[in-house]
Amino acid sequence: MSNPVSTTKPEPSGAAPAGFEADRPDNSVSGVVRGYVDKVRGGDLGALPAVLGIVALGLLFFALRPNTFLTPLNISNLLVQAVPITLLAMGLVFVLLLGDIDLSAGVVSGVCAAVLAQLLAQSGAPWYVAILAACAAGALIGLFTGTLVGIVGIPSFVVTLALFLAFQGVTLRIIGQGGTIPVRDEVVQGIANRNLPVTLGWVLTAVAILLYAAIQLNRWRVQKARGLAHQPLAVVAARCVLIAVILVVVTAILSQDRALSAAVDLEGIPYAVPLVVILLLLLTFVLSRTSFGRHVYAVGGNAEAARRAGINVTRIRVLVFVLSSTMAAISGIAAASRLASVTAASGAGNTLLYAVGAAVIGGTSLFGGRGRVRDAVLGGLVVAIIANGLGLLGVEAYLNFIITGGVLLLAASVDALARRRAAATGH
Amino acid sequence: MTDPQAGEGTPILELRGVTKSFGAIQVLHGVDLKVFPGQVTALVGDNGAGKSTLIKSIAGIHPIDGGEILFEGRPVSVTGPRDSAALGIEVVYQDLALADNLDVVQNMFLGRERKRGILLDEASMEAAARDTLAKLSVRTLKSVRQLVSSLSGGQRQTVAIAKAVLWESKVVILDEPTAALGVAQTRQVLDLVRRLADTGHAVLYITHNMVDVFEVSDRVAALYLGRMAADVPISTVDRGQVIELITAGRSGNLGIAPAVAEASI
Repeated sequence: MSNPVSTTKPEPSGAAPAGFEADRPDNSVSGVVRGYVDKVRGGDLGALPAVLGIVALGLLFFALRPNTFLTPLNISNLLVQAVPITLLAMGLVFVLLLGDIDLSAGVVSGVCAAVLAQLLAQSGAPWYVAILAACAAGALIGLFTGTLVGIVGIPSFVVTLALFLAFQGVTLRIIGQGGTIPVRDEVVQGIANRNLPVTLGWVLTAVAILLYAAIQLNRWRVQKARGLAHQPLAVVAARCVLIAVILVVVTAILSQDRALSAAVDLEGIPYAVPLVVILLLLLTFVLSRTSFGRHVYAVGGNAEAARRAGINVTRIRVLVFVLSSTMAAISGIAAASRLASVTAASGAGNTLLYAVGAAVIGGTSLFGGRGRVRDAVLGGLVVAIIANGLGLLGVEAYLNFIITGGVLLLAASVDALARRRAAATGH
Repeated sequence: MTDPQAGEGTPILELRGVTKSFGAIQVLHGVDLKVFPGQVTALVGDNGAGKSTLIKSIAGIHPIDGGEILFEGRPVSVTGPRDSAALGIEVVYQDLALADNLDVVQNMFLGRERKRGILLDEASMEAAARDTLAKLSVRTLKSVRQLVSSLSGGQRQTVAIAKAVLWESKVVILDEPTAALGVAQTRQVLDLVRRLADTGHAVLYITHNMVDVFEVSDRVAALYLGRMAADVPISTVDRGQVIELITAGRSGNLGIAPAVAEASI
């Protein structure tokens, strides 16, 4: 039953059975470009808005602050600034894919950071115990939230709104009224505040590029050999080159000595950056190459269809909330590392909105079923550039809120309009 | 009810005296039904006659209360969708149950993905999907990597049916597959239904459309208020008789005895 029809060999030499014209790829690059333009015009914008946003905002702030914005020091700051938002958004992408929302993700990151800080400061636990405990706390909270949403059947909006309030109380209880717990552990602090040795940075970059190219080219080779739908080689190669260029440029910038005084050395990629890259690869793998990931998309696209296909929808829901809250814990750890302290207000305020904004700006739909993990990275960069740039401009706090809110609204409008367009054109 | 067509070979799926109630309401009263391989059996009946309940009972969504389900002559117990799928019974529901945001291949393998270790085996799934569509002579799809949201109603129906066939299914149950389709698309789907039977599948085809019934079916089974009014070869009845069976439960010497029919009103 489980393995039907498989004995038929694929047709030799890529000759697809008649009737699937589009599967015989238009091997010209212009054909692919035309296809992409069609897709964008049909409302499937992909990463386009986020990439345009990064470029436009980069140029804008560079024009306004030419001496400070694009310096290695600020770029490194900006990347580290983006890390907690991005990590939180990565988990939220899964929740949003289901068509659910987790309003408590921000404060969950606060609770987990408080657990970490308390264990380090009060109990003198070693860093790995504290980090594991924080992640376990996140997973446990996710299990609780997922149970309420998936098994009890309360809408996620209501559950997480209630937990948003409740968990602020939990953080307050752990930290104590108005208190701040410093995080002095070297390893934990080092996540956001220390850098890879320059040579190691270059080695990792080279490995990453080679690995990416190998995976892409191998997939292309298999698809071509078995006569499956595939892109032209030129496009695959262009994508590899683009990734390589971005990685090399970023590594080169971060490998310069960016210390303000000549007495200290400050160079290399911050540890937090490869952390994000590794989680990006891991979660992308889970979402696009495993049946769990496929089922997440299916539940978000049509939960009833997923149920009838024999997918345990409740289990998927619960697992997604566990994953999302665990990512919130990791985000909380990164934030605690960056600020070297945890306060009662950690993870509260606009933390969550920044992260949801990041996912949506990156291209993840609030309506469920559409999104990728990389959206969190691209959107996280946009949000961090805005925060960083406005900081450099010395904009007053009130304006900061208004501008960031405006950008979120813009991203949500793009999502809604793209969706309408997609419905109208059948993409 | 006597069986006017003995000697047609063994039915692959047979229901004997199936009953089903929801609370105090009895929906199916001792329903008998035979479905033969290589044949299209049209299941007709007015709204509320119990057609949907009947197929959901076969599919295991609403397990039966009484009676027997025989598959290939053996009594089987169907208590959930997995049981019926394991027997080789696939149901294509009216609302199709496709995920718009996934492509054709992904939908066809939904819930039963092929894997290599923990990796999805996309290459083999794509090849198998393409193969199945080619076997059914489906030529209306541009690409098997197209998102389902970009397909027309007829194409969606085609994908849903191909999905059912992919699983070496022996019985394919179609719930009003042409209800929302235009003329040309209905044609495509009816051709596909015929090909399903010609490739040896037993097809149970639920419809309201008399033209479709006489166009593709080999047999017709008429439900009337939860009772099987007739289950006969299509050649033995005409359109007027089928309509009488649907609306009154009997036609001439076919159908439910008048006393029973009245008692159930």
